[in-house]
Amino acid sequence: MDAFFEWFRVLYDETGINLPFLYDSYDRNRMIDGFFMTIKLSVVCLFFSIIIGIIGAWLQNSPFKWTRRIMNGYIQLFRNTPPLVQLYFFYFAISSLLPTMSNGYGGQQPILGGFAWAAISLSFFAGAFNVEIFRSGIEAVPDSTIEAAEALGFSRLTIYLHITLPLAIRVALPALNNNLVNLVKTTTLAYAIAVPEMLYEANQIWSDNVNVTEMMVFLLLTYFVLVGVLVWVMHRWEKRLKIPGFGA
Amino acid sequence: MFKTITKRTAMAAALGAFAFAAMPAQADVIDDIKERGTLRVAVKADYKPYGFRDTSGAIIGIEPELAQDVADELGVEIEFVPVVSSNRMQFLQQGKVDLLIATMTDKPDRRKVISIVDPNYYSSGTNIMAPKSFGFTQWEDLRDKPVCGIQGAFYNKKTGRDFGAKIVAFKGTAEVYAALKAGNCVAFVYDDSSHVATLEREEWADYEMPLPTIDDAPWGLAVALGETRFHDMMGDMIEGWHKSGRILELETKWGVTNTPFALTMHDQYK
Repeated sequence: MDAFFEWFRVLYDETGINLPFLYDSYDRNRMIDGFFMTIKLSVVCLFFSIIIGIIGAWLQNSPFKWTRRIMNGYIQLFRNTPPLVQLYFFYFAISSLLPTMSNGYGGQQPILGGFAWAAISLSFFAGAFNVEIFRSGIEAVPDSTIEAAEALGFSRLTIYLHITLPLAIRVALPALNNNLVNLVKTTTLAYAIAVPEMLYEANQIWSDNVNVTEMMVFLLLTYFVLVGVLVWVMHRWEKRLKIPGFGA
Repeated sequence: MFKTITKRTAMAAALGAFAFAAMPAQADVIDDIKERGTLRVAVKADYKPYGFRDTSGAIIGIEPELAQDVADELGVEIEFVPVVSSNRMQFLQQGKVDLLIATMTDKPDRRKVISIVDPNYYSSGTNIMAPKSFGFTQWEDLRDKPVCGIQGAFYNKKTGRDFGAKIVAFKGTAEVYAALKAGNCVAFVYDDSSHVATLEREEWADYEMPLPTIDDAPWGLAVALGETRFHDMMGDMIEGWHKSGRILELETKWGVTNTPFALTMHDQYK
């Protein structure tokens, strides 16, 4: 394995193509950590944004006026502000209002660090879009289906979970895919609040080695593959969920 | 004031002769300055305490005082021209100033476009600022602790790899100061000369710059290419400053702890 990595040092000496994240063990570990940090942040945000979307779409149709209003307020707030501004807002503004805890060596630190705030902020950001996406799916479910379920004695929650949502997800999936792909790409913004994900680590490596071009190419390809995997999984899911005769 | 011409090294003489031979004959800048009656010096106006403005708007600080010494030596008035890092060399190249003393790090590629004078008059290195309560005394104390930095700074890697600190790097100093105050990191690794300036301020009274400075990089003052006589004169001026302890005296006057570089140079030349 070492011989393989050393080959890239030779490549640099011979051709000037500088890939220190392969031959320099410190940079390599940084890049690997950054890669897994991106995956971790993406998975956490994907999960919570979908949960927020499902719950939000249900609350949007709540019989209570104020629940609906709060839900719409949340959507407007997070959909109409840039995600970078939200990150800064959470990390620098909200964080400083929360109580602090001991950092173990005589000082105080905020309860939540960069990763937690990035996960919260990006989940809410993508969640706001997901609510609207699920709403579009829910509204595509015919009223007569709901009425039939009501006639059979289902409660509002069970209708939502067992009848509306399974049908709505199928309608909403293509739009949901779009938003989730965007979410994975948006995780790069977390580098602004020093979450050590791929862009952050690549930025430091190209500053240390002045190899901006190589790192840019590497980053582009890595994100292409990463998002490609997500798209492939979502398409497989879309196919499996397909009900003959439902939808187009 | 220091007046005698000290021995130049053979190297400097050879370089000087080469530069002189390479340039076409022209009016010497020293003659121009004397004729004009003013020495125009490029200095920083936003880098406390090396060059900044007082409440009346006048530029003061360590470097302006050094420049004043040069004007006194030439027996002329002084005119300060405020510059920033990105335009300072151009001011000198275009002849808008005669002399550049503006916290500039001495680098080989810069020596190609302007004439940086040896020996170096000052230097800055890397240090941290941290709350006094943490009581850091050595770089190893930072191991496994979050340390703020500026994205892209070359010492982030060293601080992370050699001393085991977890670097939390932001785009600019404003974000870092907010993060440091909020406790997102325990220290800020950056230029020691910047820390000196920041720590002067009331809001940072509980912070200190506790570690030995590392990665010292020298600062160079410069004249335009080809100005051999002025170059040699400035070389003698700098040697004189080091010899007489002028730099140390100015550091003390402007509230900077005597830097190892200034102390070493004073020992070397006295």
